[in-house]
Amino acid sequence: MKTLNLHKDVSFDVQKLREEFPILNQSVNGNPLVYLDNAATTQKPLSVINSIDNYYRTINSNVHRGLHTLSERATEAYEASREKIRDFINAGNTNEIVFVRGTTEGINLVAATFGRTSVNEGDEIIVTGMEHHSNLVPWQNLCREKNANLKFIPVSDEGELILDGFENMLSERTKLVSVVYVSNSLGTINPVKRIIETAHKYNVPVMIDAAQAVSHMKTDVRDLDCDFLAFSGHKIYGPTGIGILYGKENFLEKMPPYQFGGEMIKSVSYEKTVYNELPYKFEAGTPNISGSISIGAAIDFIKSSGYDNLYRHEQELLAYANEKFNSLGGIRIIGTAKEKTSVISFVLEGIHPYDTGTILDNLGIAVRTGFHCTQPLIEQRYKLPGTVRASFAVYNTKQEIDMLAEGLKKVKNMML
Amino acid sequence: MENKSVKETGDEIIEEFGLFEDWMSKYEYIIELGKKLPVIDPEFKTEEYKVKGCQSQVWLNADYRDGKIFYRADSDAIITKGIISLLIRVLSGHNPEEVLNADMHFIDKTGLKEHLSPNRANGLTAMIKQMKNLAANYTGKNA
Repeated sequence: MKTLNLHKDVSFDVQKLREEFPILNQSVNGNPLVYLDNAATTQKPLSVINSIDNYYRTINSNVHRGLHTLSERATEAYEASREKIRDFINAGNTNEIVFVRGTTEGINLVAATFGRTSVNEGDEIIVTGMEHHSNLVPWQNLCREKNANLKFIPVSDEGELILDGFENMLSERTKLVSVVYVSNSLGTINPVKRIIETAHKYNVPVMIDAAQAVSHMKTDVRDLDCDFLAFSGHKIYGPTGIGILYGKENFLEKMPPYQFGGEMIKSVSYEKTVYNELPYKFEAGTPNISGSISIGAAIDFIKSSGYDNLYRHEQELLAYANEKFNSLGGIRIIGTAKEKTSVISFVLEGIHPYDTGTILDNLGIAVRTGFHCTQPLIEQRYKLPGTVRASFAVYNTKQEIDMLAEGLKKVKNMML
Repeated sequence: MENKSVKETGDEIIEEFGLFEDWMSKYEYIIELGKKLPVIDPEFKTEEYKVKGCQSQVWLNADYRDGKIFYRADSDAIITKGIISLLIRVLSGHNPEEVLNADMHFIDKTGLKEHLSPNRANGLTAMIKQMKNLAANYTGKNA
């Protein structure tokens, strides 16, 4: 893996890379597995699996507590990973890197702390019409509690944000803009930097849901100048149950704790508690130590593959899939934004996504069907009962897209 | 059909499924059944008749005639319709007590349940539950 020394015009050595992912080498329902549900979760390279295994075999111990050697080793590895993440997203310092369960918890943390203390009756929060439920429901709930208003940046037929009216939506009532970087159901890459710049003109902080972005492209929080950003380990070739919340230190400092208990305290008496410093103030209880360490291994994997190679390979797959789908006919692609990651959401004309997904599964092809946790977008905006979504990762091949296309032909023959 | 017990019809389905060599052929059969399922009136395709817990939309209701229950159902997905068709074949035309005590062993024996992912199996369970609930409304009523 570390020797993947790829030049710009040399095509990606996918076969070699696939050897790093043992799960891919299996049959499902009597057919070779074709895993195209990477937007839901990516598979894990050996380096990540080994990191988890190694943690439990050699240094498992609670962090920041014991003075014994194992505890120190675990703490060191845990904090080294935090530093690796800081560097990876180019945050200013490690106080701004909070370990959470995933993007969902990251957003909930901000809603429950920053949101609850700064949003009042009549205030406004702005999201987009293409949010994952995890960047919609927490704000809906907060607005309901506070009698505040949730506003939506509209989405075009192509699946792009319509930003013409965005600046007019901003006012002194706006307390936060929270926007998805890359749409999980459409693949649209949103112009978040522009959104952040505009919001900042009105002193409105911006949170970025980067769950679908970090596995595909370099994410630089200081370049974006976002105030909060969250992403999940399992979508970037790392373990489940671990994610990162980035927050600018001046915001995190002012926010109250999210959960209470051990680790987040400095001193406790029967009467009162002095909270710990950043980032520990937000990390109550024993954290997911192996996950926190192993997300570091996932970052190493991405770095050694190289974002340029990864992005180029995935874009090639996307272009190839588009080409294949167009020649297939009777297929409608949902989400045709100019800037897209390797996600292709579609419906076969006259065939329910559920039927398509069931037959594909029987052929060993894993795709996602349904609303993809963006029910308002699919159901209300596009008036569809769901879509089929194929999402490609660094280890997917054109051959797998051929198999998907063959599978879709079969579905059409059976259903129509 | 009306003379057959729930179990007998179930056994018949198990036998039919046993004739197919692979699941692709079984699906083809289910799809055929789905396509043949009688169309239902739009008046029965409303929120009130929806079965909750399915990935596809399912509408279900029943008539009660001469002490027996007759189901009517539809879905926007064909495979779901095929499965509904099997359920109707097994349960329709029986009295409410028979439906409530119905032996649905064919679902396990045909491998239907095992083959459906948990998401889809939940939908199947939800459909059967609703069919039994409808039957429960009529228990104790005389023909």
